[in-house]
Amino acid sequence: MYRILEKEVLSDVTKLMVVEAPHVARKAQAGQFVIVRIDEHGERIPLTIADYDQEAGTITLIFQEVGKSTMHLGTLQAGDTLATLAGPLGHPTEVANYGTVVCVGGGVGIAPIYPITRALKEASNYVISIIGARTRDLLFWEDRMRAVSDELIVCTDDGSYGRKALVTEPLKELLEARGPEIARVWAIGPAIMMKFVSLTTRPFNIPTIVSLNTIMIDGTGMCGGCRVLLEEGAQFVCVDGPEFDGHKVDWDNLLARLAFYREEERLAVEHWEHECRLEGVLKEQGGA
Amino acid sequence: MSPLTQRERVKIPRQRMPEQDAVVRRGNFNEVALGFTEELAIAEANRCLQCDRPYCVEGCPVEVLIPQFIRALREGDMVGAVAIMKVKNSLPAICGRVCPQEVQCEIRCVLARKGQPVAIGRLERFVGDYELAMRTCPLERKLPTGKKVAVVGTGPAGLTCAVDVAREGHAVTMFESLHAPGGVLVYGIPEFRLPKSVVHAEIDYAVECLGIEIRTDHVIGRTLTLSELLAEYDAVFLGTGAGLPSFMRIPGINYNGVMSANEFLTRVNLMKGYLFPEYDTPVKVGRKVAVIGAGNVAMDAARCALRLQTLQGKDGEVHIVYRRSRDEVPARAEEVHHAEEEGVIFDFLTNPVEIFGDEKGNVRGMRCIRMELGEPDASGRRSPRPVPGSEFDMEVDMVIFALGTSPNPLVFMDASGLERTKYGTVVVKDEETGRTTMPRVWAGGDVVTGAATVVSAMGAGKRAAADINRFLANEVTDW
Repeated sequence: MYRILEKEVLSDVTKLMVVEAPHVARKAQAGQFVIVRIDEHGERIPLTIADYDQEAGTITLIFQEVGKSTMHLGTLQAGDTLATLAGPLGHPTEVANYGTVVCVGGGVGIAPIYPITRALKEASNYVISIIGARTRDLLFWEDRMRAVSDELIVCTDDGSYGRKALVTEPLKELLEARGPEIARVWAIGPAIMMKFVSLTTRPFNIPTIVSLNTIMIDGTGMCGGCRVLLEEGAQFVCVDGPEFDGHKVDWDNLLARLAFYREEERLAVEHWEHECRLEGVLKEQGGA
Repeated sequence: MSPLTQRERVKIPRQRMPEQDAVVRRGNFNEVALGFTEELAIAEANRCLQCDRPYCVEGCPVEVLIPQFIRALREGDMVGAVAIMKVKNSLPAICGRVCPQEVQCEIRCVLARKGQPVAIGRLERFVGDYELAMRTCPLERKLPTGKKVAVVGTGPAGLTCAVDVAREGHAVTMFESLHAPGGVLVYGIPEFRLPKSVVHAEIDYAVECLGIEIRTDHVIGRTLTLSELLAEYDAVFLGTGAGLPSFMRIPGINYNGVMSANEFLTRVNLMKGYLFPEYDTPVKVGRKVAVIGAGNVAMDAARCALRLQTLQGKDGEVHIVYRRSRDEVPARAEEVHHAEEEGVIFDFLTNPVEIFGDEKGNVRGMRCIRMELGEPDASGRRSPRPVPGSEFDMEVDMVIFALGTSPNPLVFMDASGLERTKYGTVVVKDEETGRTTMPRVWAGGDVVTGAATVVSAMGAGKRAAADINRFLANEVTDW
């Protein structure tokens, strides 16, 4: 069992948790992920590590409530425990001094792009960061990102904060204005965002690293459910990734695979909401 | 009552295993073979002729004292039967259910010549189940030696090794990457063949008796490396199995609905997907499912698919698509028999060449080619070759690959000096000891042999444990 030490509500649907996990914290590096399971009935959820503290033996997880499991996770409080926390998994980000780099974080993808941005900054890169979200409430860690970036561009789809734009717009302008000096681009966010970031950088031929969050079961190379089609063939996100060259990913196949369990995801949410209502009713009756 | 004569014993028919009806069991995940009653067990035990030279024992990878435990059983001495069983096998409730007895102990039984060998496996299961219920004979442990042993992987090889090493008084820590111990016993073999309650009870019992520590959620190679284990432990045993699935190199393998048997079975067994949404992990099943391969894993996947079709109200078909013929099927005879009884359709001498998808990226069909058998290949089986021009299309909406597995390479991170074959399996210098090319590291089970059986992995774990015990007692010091 792994204790949740802190919980922070970043938005209605975005939560941060600091979890006691010394076995993971002592090895964690930027770009890696963990598998979390809430309880005996839970599924194994891959979550990217947003931060880690070796001395305290803790890791920080940030997640957006998009389905039953993340909604359930969001109800847990400091002091509660998680049944499973395995990791760190996947290859760490290849951090080096590349020169000038761009880090793009979209929505909850701001969480995993942060440790990568910090590591790149520590490796003496000139770091330009772009963070974006659908709307102001979904943005977080602007201060942290600013602290590890030489330049920071903030945008929202609806213009409620920062520039009214998709992250690909300022990215394209940057590439047009300063393309030759930019050595690499990292992008983490929804698959559709990563697809369009990759399409944006392709004409400029700038290596673009994306971190894929596909459907996984074990997360250790056993099931192959996470496989992604690259130019060179199928690879497993859990052990070969999670970072890949965005220009080689078959995005349409990836998006189709992400949608495969949509009906079951809907059923799970329905079942969960029904259970929550029942629990509410029982509590009321018990109190009466 | 005077004891039976040999002639009388020979006349007793082999006792039938009570089973769930084939139609009923298609709609549930409960165990198919219900187990002998005490009456059936004693009747079956009475068939054993107590041969002077028991060939059956020679067929057992862990050398269970078969005539002795059967003798105790037929004399009604249950505690004695358990004690004799545990000399060699600490997991009898598991082995009795999943060992391929028909090609190991039972095939060597003198009564097998008449086609009716003593049902050794069923008797073993009876003894194992009795002990799980009664706990008459806890495993004993020698005084602590102060030596520490790490066992990586909690499947059949690791468990057997851990038990035998812990019995010597060494402190054993086991490392498991998943959230529950058992390895293939929990993620691979379905509930209807090996109930998870049996696996957990048998593991818990052994682990409690011997003070073995199990650390789940530890992915060796990531959470800790082999080098780190060697710095902390006197000996390390690798029993990490063969968990990496293979896919055919044909077009269309990434359509939705195409998956490895590992994924399908892990969703069903480890994650209890058949109980979705009570359990969070969903598992889909198609109306027309093709399972590629004909090993035990293929049978398990096909039979799980049938059950899910019934539970999800999908009238459908499940096919086993196999490139060789019935004679070459590698699965345990009982599994093939059960699969056929339940309605699995076997397409022999058939091999997929391409998978088709629809506009949403979901699988909708598969092109196959007919095969014929040529000369025997390296494995001794006649090698299949395609019949030119015999392609045909099958309408399917789910394709499950059960083509065998290879060792997961994660464990070998930071393990230079550990020699491996081109198939990714670990090289052992001597099968009798399980020693690898890296000092103080032993290996056994599927990680050495590639996908094989539970009991062969147990045998390897047992041999390695014996050598680890000799090594830690300084009886042997060279490597």
